[in-house]
Amino acid sequence: MAIEDDVLVVGGGVAGMTAALAAAEAGASVRLVTKSQSTLRHASGLVDVLGYADGDLLADPFAALDDLPADHPYAKVGVEAVRDGLARFDAVTGERYRGGHTDRNALLPTHGGAVKPTARYPASAAAGLASDERDALLVGFETLSDFDAPLAADHLRAADVPFDVRGATVSFPGTPRADAKVTRYAHALDGNDDEERERLAARVARVHDGEPRVGFPAVLGEAHPGDVRATLADALDADVFEVPMGPPSLPGIRLEADYERALREAGVNVVRRPVVDYEADGEHLTAAVVERNGQHVPHHAESFVLATGGLVGEGIDSDRGGVREPVFDCHVPHPADRYDWFVDERFGEQPYPRFGVVVDDDLRPRDAEGRIEFENLRAAGSVVGGADFAAECSGMGVSLATGDAAGSAAGADTQ
Amino acid sequence: MSDAESPSDEFEPIEVFPDDETPDLRPGADDCYKCSTCDTNCPVAEVDDDFPGPKFQGPEQWRLKRKEDTSVDDSISKCSNCMRCDSACPSDVPLSQMHNTARAEYVDEELSKTSLTYWRNRVLANYRTSAFLASKVPRVANAAMNFGPARWAMDRLFGITSEREFPAFATETFREWWEREGGADGSRERARAARERRGEEGEEKKVAYFHGCYANYNTPAVGKAMVRVFEHFGYELVVPKQRCSGTPMFANGMLDDAERHAKVNVSSMGDLVEQGYDAIASCTSCSMALRQEYPELFDIDGIEDLAENTWEALEYLRVQEDLSGELSAATVEDENIAELAYHAPCHARNQGLDGQALELFADLAGVDAEDVGDSCSGISGTYGWKSEKYDTSMKIGDEMFEHMEDVEGEVGMTECPTCAMQMEHGTGYEIKHPLEIVESALV
Ligand SMILES: Cc1cc2nc3c(=O)[nH]c(=O)nc-3n(C[C@H](O)[C@H](O)[C@H](O)COP(=O)(O)OP(=O)(O)OC[C@H]3O[C@@H](n4cnc5c(N)ncnc54)[C@H](O)[C@@H]3O)c2cc1C
Ligand code: SF4
Ligand code: SF4
Repeated sequence: MAIEDDVLVVGGGVAGMTAALAAAEAGASVRLVTKSQSTLRHASGLVDVLGYADGDLLADPFAALDDLPADHPYAKVGVEAVRDGLARFDAVTGERYRGGHTDRNALLPTHGGAVKPTARYPASAAAGLASDERDALLVGFETLSDFDAPLAADHLRAADVPFDVRGATVSFPGTPRADAKVTRYAHALDGNDDEERERLAARVARVHDGEPRVGFPAVLGEAHPGDVRATLADALDADVFEVPMGPPSLPGIRLEADYERALREAGVNVVRRPVVDYEADGEHLTAAVVERNGQHVPHHAESFVLATGGLVGEGIDSDRGGVREPVFDCHVPHPADRYDWFVDERFGEQPYPRFGVVVDDDLRPRDAEGRIEFENLRAAGSVVGGADFAAECSGMGVSLATGDAAGSAAGADTQ
Repeated sequence: MSDAESPSDEFEPIEVFPDDETPDLRPGADDCYKCSTCDTNCPVAEVDDDFPGPKFQGPEQWRLKRKEDTSVDDSISKCSNCMRCDSACPSDVPLSQMHNTARAEYVDEELSKTSLTYWRNRVLANYRTSAFLASKVPRVANAAMNFGPARWAMDRLFGITSEREFPAFATETFREWWEREGGADGSRERARAARERRGEEGEEKKVAYFHGCYANYNTPAVGKAMVRVFEHFGYELVVPKQRCSGTPMFANGMLDDAERHAKVNVSSMGDLVEQGYDAIASCTSCSMALRQEYPELFDIDGIEDLAENTWEALEYLRVQEDLSGELSAATVEDENIAELAYHAPCHARNQGLDGQALELFADLAGVDAEDVGDSCSGISGTYGWKSEKYDTSMKIGDEMFEHMEDVEGEVGMTECPTCAMQMEHGTGYEIKHPLEIVESALV
């Protein structure tokens, strides 16, 4: 009767999808309920573990994990969980991601011309590494204002990268409208119906001065990025790389597709609606209530994972009255006075990014008195407090580590 | 590391999260944070460069209208109301509600009431009226509607594409069949017998069926499957008086027409809900209208109660009965439906029902249902019927057609009657409703 699974995961970002895969691998039947598209589509597609500690750029994130404060999610799950999370990521993405050969951070140029430390990066960005000493040409498109190639090149040069870099702007074949969606460029190159790849290469060739690598905004195909790059590389006789862009991001969209494929293969059922309530028997959760356009449908399970994201994903909700976790109403510590949530200095250390539920070493949320909220509920990803994902560059890493740990434990509990 | 040193004071080289992603702590702030996720999900923007996309149609246009004396941009009529943007938005911006109201305003204020476009849209939106007349003389109507010269004239003068065959009208409507089967009294007896067989004598099981126009006039087989499946589970059905759900009217900005019809539906269905009936729809656009669009757009007595008690047919059985259990114990012998190419309609997607049919049939012996991907079929009700939209509609549908061709067998499956039309049009496949598969398995 009704809808019933071993494990129910609430929230379908990286953390939730990782938890679902881990639980399925443990042998559980798994359902993932998620509201809308996750922040994966906005994210650069880079996978950070830890880029900065106390404001310092880290060469080896693993060496710094031990020094994190005890309430940091990494400290709760431990370094092995971080490795397990990355291993699961590598299994999902296979050849399409790089960086697994070393513990050390890679440095990737971004569309603004900054350099970003990261643990895994798309194969499409590999030829762009900032540690590579070969000269580079960056190419932007007239109609794609988000990537100003000459400016990005200026910034990279100013950042003292160990190679010479130059920027040029060309018009994209077929001249799309000025505010065309990034997916339009990608699909035009995927389809190549009017030989967009060859025509683009010909336009770039006119500004190309023999640089051994050429960087483009990360819109080089959604379904066939490898083929698109290969055609361009052949025509230009240079390595071709993508520069990660702001939202919406093609590398993020491709990564989402990889995860969706993995979920299908693992037999995870995905429901795309919000969870608005729960049913419990004392401290034992029995169901998450899914809203379906007015209808409320309980989805039963033995074990639950909360992976609804932080303030951006709406897993943590705030208003003038306070900060809360709206699904299971788990405790979220925060200063009573909302003016204590931020500091005024622009680059000051902000309290609010660290807001989130408090968990124990088994990732079970605790209430204000330190008691377990529900015996069969775990939390993962940025709904868990204690990390400042943006400042320390740890977003995906924390989600992979806690997602893997929460999902494995939830799955094991039901077997 | 020198790589990350600041080149100048203004420039912040350590880019962590791109641009203005600072979470908004202000309550009641405009929810749209311009992430463009909606735009990358819009099937029309995907194939039509001139369509500015949901972010513009929704929040941006809305803001413009509030601030200045600007009128609604005519691009709003390009939106097909598939509502994909709704379920994509991470910030709960009520996009389709904004589109629906903007479209109604556009039709009200910008579109001449004497223009052919207006009347063409109105005729398409009021499909029920045409269907009602046609069903009186189905054979004549079938012949006349698809009569070459007449279609040419419709295309040239009226803007209804001649590329499509009009759907055939059934020689016996669902309601005529229902009456012949004894109506509610007949259903009560059959359901009672089923409950006895199931050992559920004491239970009350009653539902009110919202069949919509299409199952009534064009595909009564879907309505019959609905009746037989529900009676198999011991449910007594009633088929109350009903008008169009309003879906085609929302999409054409004819909110006044939609409201007139909604009033009839809310009144007749609402009365039954009050008496303890649950409302069941077999068409996912109808269930969407009753559950989401009605309460969003109209203020009619009882509308919330109806919305809260409306279900899609299989969703209901899944929650109230052991549908998956019964299906996994059953076997389908019909070779014809051994391989099914399933397309999830956008409106099913929006209700979180897109995975349901495949999940249910995964353990059903004799049936292998395969997903044809998450693209939009492209027809979006009346949209693909308009001459000027036909090419866009088929371009959107291409991806689905391709995937359908990849599936073994030549039978498709979907919950939405107009998606079914598009699937058939693009591939020549016969298209089934999941209820028909359940009927073959259990009844
Ligand atoms: C703009 C941006 C750029 C980023 N760039 C990087 C980067 O370069 N490198 C990096 O490592 N990380 C980056 N991140 C962080 C990373 O992408 C993830 O945001 C982070 O890993 C958190 O993932 P999550 O799964 O916990 O949450 P989310 O990705 O936020 O997912 C939460 C999911 O839960 C759903 N949800 C919320 N409430 C409910 C509910 N009630 N019912 C059902 N579902 C619900 C949401 O719709 C969402 O799909 C970036 C994030 C953003 C926003
Ligand atoms: S409406 Fe929603 S999805 Fe579209 S840009 Fe705004 S926040 Fe993003
Ligand atoms: S309803 Fe569909 S067609 Fe209209 S703007 Fe939204 S996604 Fe695009």
